[in-house]
Amino acid sequence: MRDFYGTSLSGGLMLGTAQYPSPAILADAFRRSGAGVATVSLRRESGQDRAGQDFWQMIRDLGVHVLPNTAGCHSVKEAVTTAHMAREVFDTKWIKLEVIGEEDTLQPDVFGLVEAARILSEDGFQVFPYTTEDLVVADRLLQAGCEVLMPWGAPIGSGLGLNNIFGLRAMRAHFPDVPLVIDAGLGLPSQAARAMELGFDAVLLNTAVAKAGDPAMMAEAFATAIRAGRLAFAADPMEPRDMAAPSTPVIGKAFLQ
Amino acid sequence: MKLQLNGEPLDTPPVTLADLLDAQGFGGAKIATAVNGSFVPATARAARILNDGDQIEVLAPMQGG
Repeated sequence: MRDFYGTSLSGGLMLGTAQYPSPAILADAFRRSGAGVATVSLRRESGQDRAGQDFWQMIRDLGVHVLPNTAGCHSVKEAVTTAHMAREVFDTKWIKLEVIGEEDTLQPDVFGLVEAARILSEDGFQVFPYTTEDLVVADRLLQAGCEVLMPWGAPIGSGLGLNNIFGLRAMRAHFPDVPLVIDAGLGLPSQAARAMELGFDAVLLNTAVAKAGDPAMMAEAFATAIRAGRLAFAADPMEPRDMAAPSTPVIGKAFLQ
Repeated sequence: MKLQLNGEPLDTPPVTLADLLDAQGFGGAKIATAVNGSFVPATARAARILNDGDQIEVLAPMQGG
């Protein structure tokens, strides 16, 4: 199993913390899935409500690694400033770097992403870049100091699964030693299993679990599928072929005509 | 002087960022701060004198994906 900046994650699941029906259901989803990482964000706090303080205590109680994001940032400056604020609040060098470039697809601005990744890596951050499956961009991100890549499966929150299997397979083949995480777009456990069968090291998802009728059960379903996919990849699957091939031996078959 | 705190207007006598946070009920809270779009670390808040028109952001942990 590959390390993520020196940290080994057993389950292969990184789970978001947004949109759950209640904090109790969120905690249950983490327990049943065994997710090793919780993604979190930063938002404006009110001195009266202090809602963020209760949330922070709950996340700490989960006992998982915390991966803060720069969700909603559209510029390099915004993302870099948010990363610095996240490092102070969450006391971690990890940052899920999002620089959004397109409003309808929430597609990364890969040019800004590479620049922000370079600035943050030089400043000691361990960057988890939310990127596309573009190999040239991937190479630039690695040159910028990233040691993990997180290509999207499909647009954030869409539940469409893996839109570009060819591109994702090519990415795995081009960067055999880089930890790769499918981030965004998954809707069903079978899609997570597919990602793991392709040789990805983990998946990061949120909406598919949080918006399920039973989030905790769906979280467990994803964890089970990820385990199946990982085992299948490790077991070296057979090559598909166009024509039939008998699986029962022909030799020794009875002559009954 | 007039400030913007998390997008809301605020009228206050001259203060430092640390004083403003205390006065606004953030004492002891797990927060991060920025003034005019630039990060201000916790260790620098006491020395950061605020000026008329400054925009202050106070952020805290929140749900995210």
